[in-house]
Amino acid sequence: MTVVLFFLFAALTIGGALGVVLARNPVHCALFLVLTLVSVAVLFLLQDAQLVAAVQIIVYAGAIVVLFLFVIMLLGVDRPDTLEEPLRFQRPVAFSLGAIVLAEVLFLAGQRWATGAHTARGVGIKGGPFGSNIERVARVLFTTFLWPFQITAALLVIAVVGSVVLARRSGERPEPLPIDGAPAEEDAR
Amino acid sequence: MIAAFHVTPTFYLVLAAALFSIGAIGLLVRRNVLVMFMCIELMLNAVNLTFVAFAKALNDIGGQVLVFFTLVVAAAEVAVGLAIIVAIFRRRREATADDLRVLEG
Repeated sequence: MTVVLFFLFAALTIGGALGVVLARNPVHCALFLVLTLVSVAVLFLLQDAQLVAAVQIIVYAGAIVVLFLFVIMLLGVDRPDTLEEPLRFQRPVAFSLGAIVLAEVLFLAGQRWATGAHTARGVGIKGGPFGSNIERVARVLFTTFLWPFQITAALLVIAVVGSVVLARRSGERPEPLPIDGAPAEEDAR
Repeated sequence: MIAAFHVTPTFYLVLAAALFSIGAIGLLVRRNVLVMFMCIELMLNAVNLTFVAFAKALNDIGGQVLVFFTLVVAAAEVAVGLAIIVAIFRRRREATADDLRVLEG
């Protein structure tokens, strides 16, 4: 059962990723991205990572892809890309670089010095006196990783302020809200 | 026959490597900045898959906790990146990597 599920959703993951790269319409790319993200969430479930799977669906498929679609629609770039290449040899170079990356990562995945030895201490995935998956994640997140967790708060605040500053129209004052019973704007000028 | 066949962590690692490479190739090949962003998301997801696979293989929940930090960074990156794209688009009316040639020194 696990084997069948793994191969089914691995195929869906790879298919969705290829769709993101190959589809010419950005909206189709975003929808293929949803397919990949949901398949990866199922793969998380297969590895006893229930909370991560739920968060993957909620944050990635629910928030990030919707943000992508919003920007696509806001900018009106939902027309297909052109296939002309301004840079010569870009595509073959990109494919050979990608093949090198794949070979590198596969090489590293097979090396023990790169992937680390067994830790087998601290809070495990299963067993021990700790409760459910959520409880285990919370226990480690709020003890061992407490300081990084606090820093993410600063990161999120910086990101929010930065995106507001960037997306604002600079040099223009925001238009005043119309007031009931006030004279029209032309008269005021 | 199927019952004797187990899915080892290596399977997940190979899948994550393939996903990462597809994302990298897409980042290099595509011209549309939005699609390049989606390819970065693919690469981040491949890394998350690796984290979870190692959490299972080494029996350590820390791998799953690290996925949350990756998620936070990805969300912040998407928010700022899309704001930058919107700001560029307002001036150039196009959002491909070739239109950013004005950044050349």
